[in-house]
Amino acid sequence: MSVEEVGLPARQKQVQQLTTLFHHPSHSAVPSIFIYGHSSTGKSVTLSHVLKTRKLTHVIVNCVECYTTSLLFLEVLRSFSSNEESIWKCDNMNDFVRNLRKILSKSEEAVYIVFDKAESLRDRNVNILPAIMNLQELTSCNLCVILVSELPWEKFYNGIGIRDPFIIFFPDYTKEELVEVLCHLQSPDTDLDFYRHYVTMVLAVFFLACRDLRELRHLAEMNFSIYKEPIEKGVATVNDKHKLWKNLEPHLRSALQKLYMREVSSDEWEKLQSKSSETALVKRQNIVELPFYSKFILISAYLASYNPAKTDRRFFVKNAGKMKRTAHSMKKDEKKSAHLRGPHAFPLDRMMAIFYSIVDGRVPPTANIFAQISSLVSLRFLSQIGHEDQIDSPRYKCIVSLEFITNIAKTVNFEIIRYLFDFV
Amino acid sequence: MTGTLLVQAQDIVKRRLCGNSLPVQLFSNLQSAETDIYNLLKRTVEYAESNSLLIIGPKSCGKSTLIKKVVSRVKKNENATKNLLVVNLNGYMQTDDRIALDEITRQLQLENTIGDKVFGSFAETLSFLLQALRTGSNESQPILFLLEEFDLFAQHKNQTLLYNLFDIAQAGLTPLAVIGVTCRIDVMELLEKRVKSRFSHRQIFICNTWTFKEYVGAFKDCLQIKVEEKKKKAKWKIFLAKWNKNIDMLSEDLTVLEILEKQFLISQGLSGLQKLLMYPVWLLSNQHPLITPADIEESAKSLFADSKANILHGVSVLELCLIISMNHLMIIHDNQPFNFHMVYNEFLKFSQKKSHILHNYSKAVVLKAFEHLIELELLKTRDHSGIGISKIQKEYQPMVLLVENSQLLEAIGKYPGCPTDVKQWAQSSIV
Repeated sequence: MSVEEVGLPARQKQVQQLTTLFHHPSHSAVPSIFIYGHSSTGKSVTLSHVLKTRKLTHVIVNCVECYTTSLLFLEVLRSFSSNEESIWKCDNMNDFVRNLRKILSKSEEAVYIVFDKAESLRDRNVNILPAIMNLQELTSCNLCVILVSELPWEKFYNGIGIRDPFIIFFPDYTKEELVEVLCHLQSPDTDLDFYRHYVTMVLAVFFLACRDLRELRHLAEMNFSIYKEPIEKGVATVNDKHKLWKNLEPHLRSALQKLYMREVSSDEWEKLQSKSSETALVKRQNIVELPFYSKFILISAYLASYNPAKTDRRFFVKNAGKMKRTAHSMKKDEKKSAHLRGPHAFPLDRMMAIFYSIVDGRVPPTANIFAQISSLVSLRFLSQIGHEDQIDSPRYKCIVSLEFITNIAKTVNFEIIRYLFDFV
Repeated sequence: MTGTLLVQAQDIVKRRLCGNSLPVQLFSNLQSAETDIYNLLKRTVEYAESNSLLIIGPKSCGKSTLIKKVVSRVKKNENATKNLLVVNLNGYMQTDDRIALDEITRQLQLENTIGDKVFGSFAETLSFLLQALRTGSNESQPILFLLEEFDLFAQHKNQTLLYNLFDIAQAGLTPLAVIGVTCRIDVMELLEKRVKSRFSHRQIFICNTWTFKEYVGAFKDCLQIKVEEKKKKAKWKIFLAKWNKNIDMLSEDLTVLEILEKQFLISQGLSGLQKLLMYPVWLLSNQHPLITPADIEESAKSLFADSKANILHGVSVLELCLIISMNHLMIIHDNQPFNFHMVYNEFLKFSQKKSHILHNYSKAVVLKAFEHLIELELLKTRDHSGIGISKIQKEYQPMVLLVENSQLLEAIGKYPGCPTDVKQWAQSSIV
């Protein structure tokens, strides 16, 4: 996302703050600056815009890209050295400081080193962050270290103690500012008023759930063609706002259910939307083909995980009679509901007992059946609890979700809801 | 003309705030420390006496500045017959004994270095250095080893470097002074027994004992410029008189005093003052030639801002509702950790019964919002086993909320356009 042209909407105050701090490059620079704010609030864009327009010597390093410290150091040194020859090995802080001092001692002008995604610096060697914050003092050169991150500075404290930087906060965009930024990012030949009205409508639907500029921009662009469709077909004009809204609304609602998820690629999404709304969305993901008995094993594993052991008799033994409705059994303690707490572990025997009771017909206990259990474990539908040495009574846990198991149960015509204790 | 004068004055003050120039007068509580260290170094230079010393004090109380001042004083002393060689080592840079050794030989320019490159393996370099140091006598040049972040050197393997340095200092061959600077009070516990026995146990403790009046005095000293520092031109004197008068006026202004008192209560040291003054000094320009109380007030506002409240200001309403449900769960269950399903249940109870605007968001969307909050580190897993391939699914992982109840209520009060039913839900104890 690049804003090459002058004018970053809604960020004038921050540009002014940065410009003040970068004033007079011949003077001593601020030793370290820390910029934080939510994602896509324009931190990196504003910073690089200010640095480039004032023609300041700078380098922007992405700490996630440079996943080792030597890559980090080399990136910085290479961009400052005018000749390509010298530096190709720099793996400790001492060499870095020495080389930096050599390169920068020639100029008195302030030099800026920007570390983007600085939160990944915390996971490196514990000396890196304090040394970087002190870089002006260690090299005794006129340089300024700028850290850009999503997390506030208090998350960066470590056991050693770091010099505090000058902190700048980039506030999130308000609704009006978001409309302005989205309009600004459009190419100049679109009708701005029309687009503004459209974006306001989209924001009204999505603003409660999502304030991230990147996501909103993606949604606005994806649905714009649908919005324009009646105009292109000649059914409505630009001023028929109500008609256009009615056309767009169902698509926005279905997009709301799939916010952030990217289950299908953007092209496929557009194709799906352009078909009539009666065709149901094909659920491409989560379709797993399992053999017949494996499905029942998985179902019995789920039942064993989520039902307490005492209720097995009631569900799975034929003619068990009615359970005595004591006050104790009526009080279904919501706190202990397995669907909230998580699945329990169960021994193999219990699951096999449930399996034999729900499968129709006789199933001989061959090795085939038991082998399917271990393939379910490797598919990560079950997980084995406890030591692998315990082969006489292994314990498992079922780690699939309720929707998944309901789908599986539907394919074998098994009503799993009736057998779950929490839903009775 | 005031333009360039202002720029010059700004440059001087900027250098002070960045720590690039030594302050004109050091703090009063460092006078005795200064005399002690000066005498020690003088003895090393003149009488070839080997010594070791540790300076201990909290961060930014002036330790490194003090040492630099004393060393420059010793060097300027014309009576000294021999020059003092200074080797500067820093725990942040030399993270290993091997690197430290290379750095020492580099700085001393021994025969096995050419330019920057040091030849030989670690063992060879070490034996070469030790030999060079041991074959000295009273006539050799005195060397000062200045070890900043001394506690990090104590964490190297076997503390080889420290052992050897203190050993030679005690053996009394080459005149050697080893001065360590650290911020850890328990640094002596970090030293091994054999290293500790070779250390002279000489420690100087530095701490900041300012009163509020002295703090205001330091505020003035940071900003005021004495006339001797520059050429004695008349225009410069007039400008400085106006400048200093403005600073005096600032230090008597009530709002400024209030802010200084608040900062003084948080941290007595100089670094807080520097942070407060940075923006007002950088803001000076031809249109704005003098620092005003409003500048200091604005700087203080951003300095004292609660960063978590800032982050909470920017989350979406859905995420805010999740945080409120987590807060309720923490209250109901007495700070026991919760998992995603419990949070979702709580959220459903609210959105189905009490809310008119929150649709039923699908579970997957709510899970994404939940994961975003984990990314913002407003929640954390209770045990650090990590979410990757642990036996627990990510929806059932026990989590703890890192936002305090009062912080949350304050943030909701400031949230722009917060729906009223969400506000009421947050303030009620249980749905």
